[in-house]
Formats: sequence, C-alpha cells, structure tokens
Amino acid sequence: MHFKVFLDTFWPNTIDGLSLGAIYALIALGYTLVYGVLRLINFANSEVFMIGTFGASSALWLLGIRTESIKTGPALIGVLVLMFLFSLLFSIATALALEFVAYRPLRRRNAPRLVFLITAIGASLAISESVGAFGSKKRDTYAFPRVWNTRAKIFSIGAGDVQVRNLVTVIGAILMMIALYAFVNKTRLGRGMRAVAQDSETARILGVNVNQVILLTFLIGGVMAGGAAFLYFLYYESTRYSVGFLLGVKSFTAAVLGGIGNITGALLGGLLLGLVENYGSALLGGKWKDVVAFAVLVLVLMVRPSGLLGEKLGRARA
Amino acid sequence: VRKTIRVAAVVAVTAMAGAGFTAGNAQAAKALKCPKGISIGFMGALSGENGALGQNMVNGASIAFDEWNKANKTCQVKFDKSTFKDSQGSPDQASPLAPALVADKNVLGLIGPGFSGETKATMPVFEAATLPMITPGATNAKLSTNGWKMFHRILANDDKQGPGIVKLMKKTAKKVGVIDDASEYGKGLADTVRAGLGALKVSDTQIDPKSSDFSAAVNQMKAAGVDTVFYGGYYAEAAKLVKAMADAGVKVQFVAGDGVLDQKYIDNAGAAAEGSLVTATGAPADVNPAFQAKFKAKFGTDPAIYSPEAYDCAQVFLAAIKAGKTNRKAIAAFVAAYDAPGITKQIKFTPEGEVAGDAVYAYQVTGGKLVPKGII
Repeated sequence: MHFKVFLDTFWPNTIDGLSLGAIYALIALGYTLVYGVLRLINFANSEVFMIGTFGASSALWLLGIRTESIKTGPALIGVLVLMFLFSLLFSIATALALEFVAYRPLRRRNAPRLVFLITAIGASLAISESVGAFGSKKRDTYAFPRVWNTRAKIFSIGAGDVQVRNLVTVIGAILMMIALYAFVNKTRLGRGMRAVAQDSETARILGVNVNQVILLTFLIGGVMAGGAAFLYFLYYESTRYSVGFLLGVKSFTAAVLGGIGNITGALLGGLLLGLVENYGSALLGGKWKDVVAFAVLVLVLMVRPSGLLGEKLGRARA
Repeated sequence: VRKTIRVAAVVAVTAMAGAGFTAGNAQAAKALKCPKGISIGFMGALSGENGALGQNMVNGASIAFDEWNKANKTCQVKFDKSTFKDSQGSPDQASPLAPALVADKNVLGLIGPGFSGETKATMPVFEAATLPMITPGATNAKLSTNGWKMFHRILANDDKQGPGIVKLMKKTAKKVGVIDDASEYGKGLADTVRAGLGALKVSDTQIDPKSSDFSAAVNQMKAAGVDTVFYGGYYAEAAKLVKAMADAGVKVQFVAGDGVLDQKYIDNAGAAAEGSLVTATGAPADVNPAFQAKFKAKFGTDPAIYSPEAYDCAQVFLAAIKAGKTNRKAIAAFVAAYDAPGITKQIKFTPEGEVAGDAVYAYQVTGGKLVPKGII
C-alpha cells in the first residue's frame, strides 16, 4: 500500500479521474439506453464512439489544420462546432447503420437473444478491424494538432491543477446528460421510449411505433457517443482503431455499476469508476488499475445486484 | 671461418624466406582463387509485416559483397535471391527453410536469422550442419545460453541495453521514475533498469498500453518530483505518455529503449518529444560515412536499422574466405577467433557468441528528428 503516493496524488487524481469518468458516463448512456429499450447489450457501442473520434479528426483535416494552430474567439467556436457536428454525424451514422444492418434483420426473424449478443460482438470487431486494416495509418495512432489551448490552468485544488480540458469535459458531459434526461422524461418521444422500455407489446397495441422508438434510441446513443468522442478528442488529441475497446468495456462496467438502464446511474457509475481507478492505481500501483475497477464492480453487484441506483428506465416509476 | 659460414647461412635463409613470403603475398594480391559457386546465405523477413527489416539487412550486406566481387574476379561469392530464405520473420515459416539452406553445400555461412523467434527455431539445424551464422538483428538475451557453437550475434542483446540506459541516466539524473507497459519487452527492460538504478529510483509504476489515460502514472511522477523518467515500452504509448506529462506540466528528461526508436514517436508526441533520449543496440545510419555514401548511391536512401550490422556480418565471412577458408568448419573456427574493427564496433565474439564490449547507442530527439549521439 502506497499511502504516501495516494495522499500526494489525491487531488490531481481526483480531477483527472472525474474527467475520464465523465467520458465513461457518456459512452455508458449508449449501453444503458439500448439495454433499457431492447434488453440488448450493444457491444458495438464502443465502435460508435471510436468512429466519432475519427469524425472530429476529419473536421480538422477538412479545415486543412495540419500543425498546431491555437484559435481564439469566433474562429475557435467555429472549429469546435464543426468538430462536434462531425463527431455526432459519424457516430449517429454508425449507430443507425448497426441497427439497420445488424439488429433489425435479426428482430424481424425473431432471433434468440444470444444471437443479438454475438452479432454485437462481431459488429464491434468488424468495425474496429476495418479501421485498423484500411485506415490511412492502419493500426498506428492518429495524433492531431492542437486548436484550443485546453491545457491552460484555471485554478488549483491542493496539488491538482484544474485545466480548461477538465472543466470542458465534466461540464460538457453533464450538460448532455441533463438534455437527455429532459428529453426522455418531458417529451412525447421520450414517453414513447419509456413505454417501449416498460412493455413493448402493450406499447405497440397502444399505438407506439416501436421500430421508430428503437431507431430513436440508437440515434440518441449515437449522439451521446459522438459527444463523448468530441470531448475525448479535445482531451487526448489522438485516436486509434482500438481506442473503443478498453473504454467500451469500462463504460459498460460504469453502466452496470450505476444500474443498467438508468440514466443517472450511468453518470454516477462513470464518475465513480474514473475516481476508483486512479485512487486504486495510486494506492496499489499502476498494474492494479483495471483490477481495482472490476473488483469494485463485483463488490457492488454482490450487495446490489441491479447496480447502485437500480434499473430505472424500464420501471413503472417514470 | 665457421662464423662467416654461419652468418652467410643466416643471411641466405632470411633472404629465401623473405623472397618466398613476398612471392606468396604477390600471388594472393594477383588472384585469390576459390571454388566456384560458393555463397553466403540469408534468412529473415523479406516480405510480410516486417519485410522492411530483412530488406534492410540484405541491402546492407550486399554492399560488402558488391565490393568483394568487384575486387576478386576469380573468387566470386554469391549473395543473391538463390541463397535468400524469406521466413517473413516467423518461426513457423523459418523451420522448414533451414534444412533446405544447409543442404546446399555451397552455402558456407549464414547472415541471419533476422529475429529472435526464428533463430531459436532454426538454430539446432545450423548447429547440426556446422553452418556458422551471424545474426544482425536477433536480440533476445537467452539465445546465447543454449551452448550453440555456430551462434554469433553482432549487436548487443536486450540484457545489455538496460545497463547502457542506466549508465546514460546516471550522467545527469538525481531522481528517476520508472514506468513500464507490462509487456515482456517493456517490463523486462524496465526491470534491468530498476535493478541498475538502485537508490536513484524514487518512483515506480506501470501503465496499461490499451488504455488512453495515463493520468495516475503522470500524477505519481509529478508528486514524486522526479527529474528523469524511464519508460519501458513501445513508441505509440511512449508518445501518449510524454505528451500527457508535458500537458500536466511535468518537466522531466524522458528516456526510453529501442521500442521507441521510431520517427512516429516524434510525429505523435509533437513538441513534447523534444529532448527525449532513446537507446538502441543497432548502429545509426551515419555510423560510417563511407558506408552511408555507398548505401545511398546504390539504394537511394540512408542505411536503415540493421543495415550496418549486416554489412559487418558480411565482412567477417569475407575475411574468412580471404584467409583461404572455404569450408564451413574452417569458417566457423575463423569467425570464433575473429577480432577486427567493423563499421559498427570492434567485432570479437565471446565463446557464447555474443559480441564483446559496450555496444549500446544513444539518440536524442533534436528539432523533431532522432539524432545519433554515438555509443554510450
């Protein structure tokens, strides 16, 4: 136990852990929503995110930005909006393509649930390996030039510096989640989603277009993954064909930790996982980082089998 | 009178010996004759994912054979496609190629195999056929512990790189942090560095190369106040790590092993890579300007990794042929006793087949390029 390391790095690890946790939370929403509505673990959600990071980089590429060029004012906002839109576009397109190509044909044939799961894993591998095999840099890292000085320090807590990127990531993720929460709980389409989540047969009889709701769910999952991709790209400034794999597994863990199907649970699970990983890494050594993350998951599930906040989206409460 | 005779005899004998010696020398210079069709083989990756590395070796060696064949019209040594065995660097593909290679009695020596795995797989065949080999690229330290008499390695093995790195860091470092990627290569190298650093090492951790976030490791280095960080791993993660440290305001001398010796490290890390020290057992392109010029003239590019080593391998075999050794056994004995300067270093083999002496090179990232700094 390295208590000194833990104490010395407490604040910096908290700040960085919350930032990565916010990204986990956004990706976790993709898993949670689809699970809530379809009872399907969409493992390819990690690739929806990965393609989104390539969307952000494509925007920079299209703008002809090849070397570091720090922008300010309207120019910066323009670049950021374009990157954000490209991330969303790429992610949404991937999510919808998955629904149309991989899942809808299976649903039409009433395929057993296991087939969906295998299809999801297969689709995930197919997408990431295609990018690895056919991308311009194959399996190498795509590093991108800085357009916004997100490394500028805003203030400090203890030994930890809060940089622009930390605030942007956490606030951005929370804003997206508030918007999602409002959409699901306050709008007509959101009510349809909740109806299908509760009982898709009854919802269909009562006039809800189930296929439309499912498409909407994938679309929103794509939006969240795209947002995560944009924030990730600003934060790390690089991407890779395999970037979704570990992030996807961790985000899925976050979703289960918070209670799969539960929007607030995804946020709580994501932030908690980000923190626990960094704390565990400091306390026990870097090689225990992943062990700690999954040990916490197992422990929580032993006490609360449906996650910290329970599976809410599908419950009658809403 | 007796004395005069004795002196005369001595003079006469000396004169005769001298004359004979000169005559012999003149003959050698005039025309070195050797059996027709003799050749030196090559085994390594000439195609596939690592095909470029084997090509580097073949190209480097071919410079030596070109020079030789031009100067020795009556002693041509073949080194061409007919004696190249393309293993794609894989032990599975190399295994069936080895018997075919030793069956060709004209093959007197072997440059390669290029990688460690294929060397391990094929070495027993070469050993049984008394075919002396010199590898220009297989650096796994364990290869020389099998008692193989035919095994020779012209560059430092992986275990020698660690002490070289420690020596390099001790010149400036006061507090060192060590990070590795938990891979066989990265952790192995980092562990030898850890052992060598002793009390200089004040912080120690590991990262998951599949992860994108190294913040816990970075924060730990920052809190420990280290002035130097050694990373055991490959260039992709090294680039992310050095960038993450720069982004977090950690100012350290970054040091890494040959897994990071790649321009992509600098391309990915950008300005954060500036000043990084990278070590390697392979010699840099400009290790010998004459060789570099000849290589450039023939191939249009600078010598690449393992090219200078392969040239040295070729020189050892050609020196054996020059000394009149034209069978495998005689060449093997010649190689074992060899001691002469090569272009990369002094070439002399230990009984285990390792090259003797220090042979770790340092590079520093300067102006966005890896600039050679010579032997540590």
